[in-house]
Amino acid sequence: MTINQVMFVLFSVMIIVFSVLTVTSRRILRAAVYLLFVLVSTAGLYFMLNFQFLAAVQLTLYAGGIVVLIIFSILLTSHISQKFEPVGWKKSLFSALAAMAGAIITIITILDFKFSATAEAAREIDMRLIGKSLLSVEYDGYVLPFEVISILLIAAMVAAIVIAKKGGPKKTETQTL
Amino acid sequence: MFDFAPLTKWIDTVLHNAMSPFWAVVVEMLIVGVLILLFYALIGLFLVYAERKVCAFMQNRLGPNRVGPFGLFQTIADLVKLLLVELVPIRNADKFLFNLAPFIVITASFMAIAAIPFAKGLHAIDLNIGIFYVIAVSAMGVIGILLAGWASNNKYSLIGAMRSGAQIVSYELSVGLSLITMVILAGSMQLSVIVEGQATGWFIFKGHIPAFIAFIVFLVASTAETNRGPFDLAEAESELTAGYHTEYSGIKFAFFFLAEYMNMFIVASIAATVFLGGWMPFHVGNWDGFNAVMDFIPPFVWYIVKTFFVVFLMMWFKWTFPRLRIDQLLTLEWKYLLPINLVNVLIMAFIVLMGWHF
Repeated sequence: MTINQVMFVLFSVMIIVFSVLTVTSRRILRAAVYLLFVLVSTAGLYFMLNFQFLAAVQLTLYAGGIVVLIIFSILLTSHISQKFEPVGWKKSLFSALAAMAGAIITIITILDFKFSATAEAAREIDMRLIGKSLLSVEYDGYVLPFEVISILLIAAMVAAIVIAKKGGPKKTETQTL
Repeated sequence: MFDFAPLTKWIDTVLHNAMSPFWAVVVEMLIVGVLILLFYALIGLFLVYAERKVCAFMQNRLGPNRVGPFGLFQTIADLVKLLLVELVPIRNADKFLFNLAPFIVITASFMAIAAIPFAKGLHAIDLNIGIFYVIAVSAMGVIGILLAGWASNNKYSLIGAMRSGAQIVSYELSVGLSLITMVILAGSMQLSVIVEGQATGWFIFKGHIPAFIAFIVFLVASTAETNRGPFDLAEAESELTAGYHTEYSGIKFAFFFLAEYMNMFIVASIAATVFLGGWMPFHVGNWDGFNAVMDFIPPFVWYIVKTFFVVFLMMWFKWTFPRLRIDQLLTLEWKYLLPINLVNVLIMAFIVLMGWHF
């Protein structure tokens, strides 16, 4: 086996094992930590493919951003002794079936796709190229999706602020407590 | 002169001649890992000593002076003590997460140090996203802090972890934006390219006022991001005993302690690399004689001197400013640093566009 294969097997096994642990763990913070391991191993796969930009984005956004948010909300709401009740066999059976069906559909689609094999070594992707195609209006430019996502994010942020503000001035009758 | 590239190349060819490519890579990784680990431990020990000496100097005291000449071996004695101290087991803690937390913190700082250029040709991984990688992996440390606070099952730890999380997540923005300002000037995120770009002048001089503002913002924000005073309210000893590492003892506590100092060192070396020219010597325009004399000082010495200059600035902050409250801390970030930063990025982009930099 080459070193690439060894690393691929290592990362894949980590991703599979920790994914299963994430959904089966009965302590919520441990589940979050297993999810962190899954995301970090995925970043490892991207590093292996020499796509360092995507790997770093994966680390900052998912591991550094989303997992931190999840852990933060768990810290605020749950106590250390809290443990979920074990799931009934019906629920676990059907969730397992649903997960298997999803996996089978994905695998069949991937196997159907004709990948054009190449003997070239993986090249490093120039940051300038990513930046230019993100802001390009040419055929393979991404400026429209980029702007649409920005508008979506602004809408989400404004909505979050509106929800957090909880309406207009406080009414007097609610302050009688 | 003083180029490490031939040496590393020679080691590489010797290893490839002696064994299969697989084992050559494994042995090279081991060598780099052991070297960085040694460097890490030595710098960590020295930084603790330096902090105590600087603190003593600021407070008009002598500091450690009994163990070895000038007390140099004091931290080694402390380390031996920490290794021998009993690891106190916590009965109602989440054992798995409690033991995992220090490793996450120390792994994050260890991953960041691998991407830093120490000298010409002495650079473990030169990624084309260098700065972004360092920001990304050093952001992982906060997860360890949050886990440590929660798994200890202790109110002080939990409050400390919450404060630390809020602080790191918000100050990361300013660190990132101030570095983006310099990336605009450098035109690349690759650390070796950034250092090469400063051969004719350090970026802090090349970029006029915006670069200087970015440097100040980076210093403030990175001091906060490493949980150091005056932003050390995550472990404010007068209110929280020791914050998130209250329950830790022995070597596990030492991990947190070492990681804190190493994060300071990493942040200082990023500042030295991006703003002060990394291992590039100090050159002035057409003073050829002066430049030639400066070239005689090895690049590694330049790097270390610059980094320790920034470290000294950060220690100076710690021992002269009073600790901020949490609301003051968040006001400083969201109402002052972030708007200044955003405007600064625009100004820098405009200057680079017009070609007004040197």
